[in-house]
Amino acid sequence: MRYLPLTDNDRAEMLSAIGVGSVDELFVDVPGAARFSGDFDLSDHMAEYQVEATIAALAARNVSTADVPSFLGAGAYRHHIPASVDHLVQRGEFLTSYTPYQPEISQGTLQALFEFQTMVALITGMDVANASMYDGATACAEAVLMAQRITRRHKAIVSGGVHPHYREVTETQSRYLDIEIDARPPDLSGLEELAGDVGEDTACVVVQNPGVFGHVRDFGPLADACHAAGALLVVVVTEAVSLGAIRSPGEMGADIVVAEGQSLGNAQGFGGPYVGLFAAREKYVRQMPGRLAGETVDEDGRRGWVLTLSTREQHIRREKATSNICTNSGLCALAFTIHLSLLGEGGFRKLAALNHAHAVALAERLDAVAGVDVLSQTFFNEFAVRLRGPAQEAVDALAGRNILAGVPASRLYGRDAGLDDILLLAVSELTRDEDMDALCRGLAEVLA
Amino acid sequence: MSGHSKDLSRPSHATQGAPAGGIETVHGHQGLRLEEPLLFEIDNPGAVGVDLPDPATVENRLGGLERHTPVGLPSASEPEIVRHFTRLSQKNYAIDMGTYPLGSCTMKHNPRLNEKMVRLPGFANLHPMQPDSTTQGALELIDTLAHWLRELTGMPAVAMSPAAGAHGELCGVMAIRAALDDREGGPTARRRILVPDSAHGTNPATAAVCGFTVDAIPSDARGRVDVKAFADKLDDDVAGIMITNPNTCGLFEPDMIEIAGLIHDAGGYFYCDGANFNAIVGRVRPGDLGIDCMHINLHKTFSTPHGGGGPGAGPVVLSDALAPFAPTPWVVHGEEGFSLVEHGADAGEAKPFGRLKGFHGQMGMFVRAYAYMLSHGRDGLRQVANDAVLNANYVMAQLSDVMTAAFDGPCMHECLFDDRFLKDSGVTTLDFAKAMIDEGYHPMTMYFPLVVHGAMLIEPTETESKRELDNFIAVVRSLAARVQSGDSDAFAAAPRLTPRRRLDETAAARSPVLRWMPDTPTVEAAE
Repeated sequence: MRYLPLTDNDRAEMLSAIGVGSVDELFVDVPGAARFSGDFDLSDHMAEYQVEATIAALAARNVSTADVPSFLGAGAYRHHIPASVDHLVQRGEFLTSYTPYQPEISQGTLQALFEFQTMVALITGMDVANASMYDGATACAEAVLMAQRITRRHKAIVSGGVHPHYREVTETQSRYLDIEIDARPPDLSGLEELAGDVGEDTACVVVQNPGVFGHVRDFGPLADACHAAGALLVVVVTEAVSLGAIRSPGEMGADIVVAEGQSLGNAQGFGGPYVGLFAAREKYVRQMPGRLAGETVDEDGRRGWVLTLSTREQHIRREKATSNICTNSGLCALAFTIHLSLLGEGGFRKLAALNHAHAVALAERLDAVAGVDVLSQTFFNEFAVRLRGPAQEAVDALAGRNILAGVPASRLYGRDAGLDDILLLAVSELTRDEDMDALCRGLAEVLA
Repeated sequence: MSGHSKDLSRPSHATQGAPAGGIETVHGHQGLRLEEPLLFEIDNPGAVGVDLPDPATVENRLGGLERHTPVGLPSASEPEIVRHFTRLSQKNYAIDMGTYPLGSCTMKHNPRLNEKMVRLPGFANLHPMQPDSTTQGALELIDTLAHWLRELTGMPAVAMSPAAGAHGELCGVMAIRAALDDREGGPTARRRILVPDSAHGTNPATAAVCGFTVDAIPSDARGRVDVKAFADKLDDDVAGIMITNPNTCGLFEPDMIEIAGLIHDAGGYFYCDGANFNAIVGRVRPGDLGIDCMHINLHKTFSTPHGGGGPGAGPVVLSDALAPFAPTPWVVHGEEGFSLVEHGADAGEAKPFGRLKGFHGQMGMFVRAYAYMLSHGRDGLRQVANDAVLNANYVMAQLSDVMTAAFDGPCMHECLFDDRFLKDSGVTTLDFAKAMIDEGYHPMTMYFPLVVHGAMLIEPTETESKRELDNFIAVVRSLAARVQSGDSDAFAAAPRLTPRRRLDETAAARSPVLRWMPDTPTVEAAE
C-alpha cells in the first residue's frame, strides 16, 4: 500500500518492542460491542492509475465552463488563473504545513498572511483585515455577530441586494444568538432605501456592492445614516475583481467589509473551497473573528511575524471566544495573494476594466434580442435580465446546446419567489465575442 | 491604546537586527537561508506579472462610482513574484520535509494524486450553479463520498456542506437544537451542553454560539470521562453531550455506549467530535456506539492538505433522529440522475435548520478525500488505523523510560506525556519543543489537552516509516538526557538555527501591527 511505509517486518519488530503480540491488543480499551467485524459495502484498494481512471470518468461527465460559453456568476466567477499561482500553492512547504503555531518554522506562511491582510485592507479601503474566513457567506454571518458585540444591539437589517446564500447563512448562524434578522425582499430595481429604517435598536445594515442583481450603488448616505444612529454598515462584495473598478466600501464609509475572494487565484471548483475576506475599521480589531498575523521582532531584534490577539480565539477563550471558527482558508488566501501580486496595481485595474467592458458589450448586444430586457442600469461584470418566459427553462434549453446561460434567480431564491423570469448573466476577461454571439443567438431562438 | 509603541523598536527592513547564525553577510542571507522583504518593499512600479489586452473603450455603466484613488498594490513581474513566494515557502516546515508529530492534527502524508484529480477541468472549471444535467459526475462523486462516510461510521445520513471541523460542530449542535425545538414544539427549555474538560476549545465555543451554556465534566484519573460525574449532571435541562473519541488524551472512551444510553434516557443527544477518527477508521463504527452526530475532518483522516491553516472540510454524519434537520443543500439520486435540493421548500418531509455556507460544500476536498479512499479501499483504511495506533504506541514505549507518560496502558493514535520529567530542571515544555526545532522536527502539540500539566501530545500518524520514528525517538531521548544533565540554558536559547529565533508574541499583541503601511504610522488597535 503506497502510502503506508511500515513493512510486516517493521510491524513485528515494533509489536515486540511494545511487548504485545498483535495490534488488536492495542485496541484493548474498545469494548467488544464497539468492534466492527462485518464487511463494508466499499471497494478494496486500487492502484494509482485505477483511481485516476475512476475519477477522470466522473470528471468527464461534467461540462467544464472552459469548454463552452459560460455566463455563470452569482457569487462564483471564472477568471484566468496564472500558471505560477497554481505552481506556487502546490509547493509542499505551503501545501503540507499546519496552522503557523510555531512561528520560527512558519515565517513563510505568516509573512504571506501579513501580505494577504494588507492587500485585503487595501482593496476594500479598510484599516485592517484578518487572515480569512471559510467563504464570503460565512464571513457575512460573522460580521453581523461582530456588529452585535460592538453595538450591543440585536437587530440586523439585510438588504434585498444581498446574495440569498449570504442572507441564509447569516440567518442560520444568528438564529440562537438573540439577533433579529430583518431581511428585505429581493431588490430587483436597485432602488431600495434603508436609511430611514435604521433605528436605535439596529446593530448593523448589511448591503452588497455590486448587488446580487448587478446594481452598483453609493452607500455613502446609508453609512452616514447608520453612524448617526450608532449602527454599523456592513458591505458585502461577492466579486472581488470589482474592487479594481468601483469606489471602495471603505471610501463609502463601511465599518466592516466582507467579500468572497474566489475570483482571484481560486478555481470555481463547484463551489469550494473558497476564501472569505474580512476587513474592518481599526478600532474594532479586538472584536474581529478569525486569525490575525502580526509583526513583531525575534530575540535578535529581527523583524518577524506571529499569530496574534489569539486571546479572542476559542482555544484560549473556549465558550467566551468571539467565534467558534478555528481554521481559516490558508491555501486559498495564498492563491489570492499570489494572483493579486502578479496583477499588481496596474494589472488589477486593467483586469477590472476588461471585465466591465465585456459586460457593457454584452448588455448592448442583448438590447437587440427580442424577449430579453436588461434590468440593471448600473453594473460591473454581471447584470439581471428579464426574459419572456421562465429563466430556468431557457437555461436548460441552452445547456442542451452547450451554452451555460447564467443563473436563474429562481435557483437562488426558490421557485416561490416570483422571480421565475429573471436571469443573472456574468462575464469576465475570458468571455469572447463569439461567446456573446452564441448566447444572443441561443436566447433569441429559445425565446422565440 | 493609541500612539506608537516606544518600547518595541521594530526594524523597518527585514535585514536589520543581528545576523542569523552569527556570520555577517551583505544582505543578511545565510547561504540557502535567504532573507525576503515584504512584497510592498520590492515594489517595482511599471512592472506587471500578468499580460492583459487593452479593454475596449466603452461608456461605463458604473453610475459615477468608478474608483479614482490608487489601490496601493505593489507591482512586480512574474519572475520576481515566483522568487518571492518560493523564498517564503522555504521558511516553512512541512510534512513533505519531515515528521510532523502535532498531536490532534493528524499530519499525515498528502498524496499528490489527490491534487492532480481536483485539478481535472471537469472539477476545477465547474460552476456551482450550472444545471444539474451538466454536473452529473460531480454530484455522483458527492453522493458516493457520502456513502463511504456513512458506511465507515455506521450512520444513516451525512450533511456534506460544513467547511471545517468547527463548522461541522456547529452543524451537529444546530441539528440537536432543531430536533429539541421540534420535539418540544417551540424553543427548547434545555439550556446545558455537557463538555469534558479535555475537549478541544471549539466544543464549548460551538455550544455557546448555539445558545447553550457549557457545563464541564471532569476527567477521571485514567484520562477518560468520569461517567459518575456525568450521570450526576443529567437532568431535564441537559440538551446534549459533546465527547471526542478517541479523546484528546489519545485514549478510547470505553464507556461510550453507556454514556449514549444515559444521555438518551435523559432526553438529550450525543455529539461525537470525530477529529481523531483516524485511530479507529475501519475498526469501529461510531454509529455502533449510539452517537447522534459526528463531524469528520477530511483534512485529518482522509489526507486533504492542511495548507498552512485550511481550507478543510467537516461533513457531519447524523442519526435517524437528527437527519431530518440537516442543512441544505444535499444531493438526491432519482430516476433522472442526481440532483441538488437547495431550498427548504423542496425538502419534502425534511425540516432543514438552514444553510451553513455558500453553494454546496468543499468540493475540492471531496475530490481529494475520495481519491484517498479509493486508493486505500476498505482493507487499506483498516490498516491505516492499525499503523497509526502501532506507531503511536511504539513511540510511547520507546520514550516512557525518559519522559513521563500521562496515563498507563496502550494509547490510540497519539501518546500523551506530561512535564514531570522536566521537574526542577529549569526546562519547560515550551523550551523542550523549541529544542526539537533545532533538531529538524516540528514539535509535538504543547500544553494541550489542558487536563495534563505541561502536556506534550505526539501523533506520528501511519505515514511515518520505522526509520523516521527511530530517528525521532533518538532525538527526543537525547534531549531528555540533556535535560537531566542540567543544561537548561541550551533549551532556553532554542531555536538557534531557524530563519527567526523566538518571537516576541507579547509585544505583537500589545501594539498590533497587522498590515504594512507606507512609511508608517503603524496601525494600532484600540483597547
